[in-house]
Amino acid sequence: MSVLVIADHDNSELQSATLNTVTAATQIGGDVSVLVAGSDCGGVAEAAAKIDGVSKVLVADNAAYANQLAENMALLIAEVGKDYSHILAAATTNGKNYSPRVAALLDVAQISEITGVVDADTFVRPIYAGNAMATVKSSDSIKVITVRGTGFDAAAQEGGSATVESLDSVHDAGLSSFVGAELVKSDRPELTSAKVVVSGGRGMGSGDNFKLLDGIADKLNAAIGASRAAVDAGFVPNDMQVGQTGKIVAPDLYIAIGISGAIQHLAGMKDSKVIVAINKDEEAPIFQVADYGLVADLFEAVPELDQAL
Amino acid sequence: MKVIVPVKRVVDANVKVRVRPDNSGVDLNNVKMAINPFCEIAVEEAVRLKEKGVATEVVAVSVGATNCQEQLRTALALGADRAILVETDEAVQPLDIAKVLKAIQDKEQADLVIFGKQSIDDDNGQTGQMFAALAGIAQATYAAELTISDGKATVKREIDGGIQTIELNLPAAVTADLRLNEPRYASLPNIMKAKKKPMDKTSPAELGVEIKPRLSLVKVEPPAERQAGVIVDSVAELVDKLKNEAKVIPS
Repeated sequence: MSVLVIADHDNSELQSATLNTVTAATQIGGDVSVLVAGSDCGGVAEAAAKIDGVSKVLVADNAAYANQLAENMALLIAEVGKDYSHILAAATTNGKNYSPRVAALLDVAQISEITGVVDADTFVRPIYAGNAMATVKSSDSIKVITVRGTGFDAAAQEGGSATVESLDSVHDAGLSSFVGAELVKSDRPELTSAKVVVSGGRGMGSGDNFKLLDGIADKLNAAIGASRAAVDAGFVPNDMQVGQTGKIVAPDLYIAIGISGAIQHLAGMKDSKVIVAINKDEEAPIFQVADYGLVADLFEAVPELDQAL
Repeated sequence: MKVIVPVKRVVDANVKVRVRPDNSGVDLNNVKMAINPFCEIAVEEAVRLKEKGVATEVVAVSVGATNCQEQLRTALALGADRAILVETDEAVQPLDIAKVLKAIQDKEQADLVIFGKQSIDDDNGQTGQMFAALAGIAQATYAAELTISDGKATVKREIDGGIQTIELNLPAAVTADLRLNEPRYASLPNIMKAKKKPMDKTSPAELGVEIKPRLSLVKVEPPAERQAGVIVDSVAELVDKLKNEAKVIPS
């Protein structure tokens, strides 16, 4: 048995979700290799080689992989991955973009967003927005899998000393091209790996009011998230959305402020260790999942909380 | 330009599903069914392309049991021109569906296939990408904006860090995210008209596709329940609990 993990990165930094994926790979067992495909991504390959539990890093450094275009990535991964028993990618927008394409090229199923490994063929994954957990068994010779980061601890970033091998195979399908990206810059921890997340909902009232959360987030070294209602209302950008179709988070502490707690939001945060809800509507469903609820006007409670921390 | 929109019949988004006591699956008896919300967004986008004069024909396709006709009628009422039901009583998995759709595409030769990014029952998010791979065409998942010009599709995609823009050669497969559009409500006259629109029936066998499930369901269980929490009276009490009881912030 041998597992190939596809690194998620932006050519300069390895995304932390890759570390959780490596843990899933070690639970499956066998040798773990990491494929780093990108352009000028040598630093990422070095970081991948240090991950505890990784024995080999394969690097495909070419302009064709610079923006992780699915058509090119899938051709490369299918070619390299056909010699492995498992191909794992993080369930990030990159991993979820190319993994099904890889599976189809190999004529195998893809298993989406696993949160548990039962054995080398059997995996646990949430269905119906996490309202049920399915255990599925694969009969394919190669398992193509995406891994939900919240289901697995991060592998240690140090301690490994994998060999690094260059691949010279270049796949440029010529079907799509990268035009541009508007990426949100933030000094805060990344939403899916932060220990503390402070999220605002429609109750925040405006995008400007999200600044109220900055003080708390600074003091707790927290990431700032949002409900779908707040994103749909245009208060904040889409990359802050926590929920079934946004980011799935499971921090030690999740503070939901002005969030009613729609099913699709709960699907994205209900595995958090401790949940705090601040909402003026005592009937809000968020209180049913909160460990600590405070029925209060957020515009009074948030500044007070900021002071008290 | 022809546009194909695959649609899936799923449990209505407002239904809270229950796991069967024998753990064989979720209980779908007497549960309201609907068109998958993301598929509905995909239909809306295709119809808008037709209204803008970019698309000439919108074809809705569903793979599944006879009752998937209801969701195809919904697509027709939203403005699709005709429908194809690929009828099968077997449980079809994403790779099977992608193969069926590839066979349909071989006949129809559409320039664009717009999918929902995932279905809200199995939450797989695979079919669009698998179809694109089998058809050997470009793909854009998580579309928030779609523009067609000069034989290319320009798509703004919702990605983890923000928005990415890519350009695709046609034909292409696009999967719709939440904010691509807000679907219209079908008007009563359009619902009536939809009953007269053509619906062809075929089967995977007629299309030369063998349904071959690769994954078997071992069991389905309810998720771990959260313990009910407490309501605190003040911010001071909240901070005290977080420091001394939950110990999630330094005291």
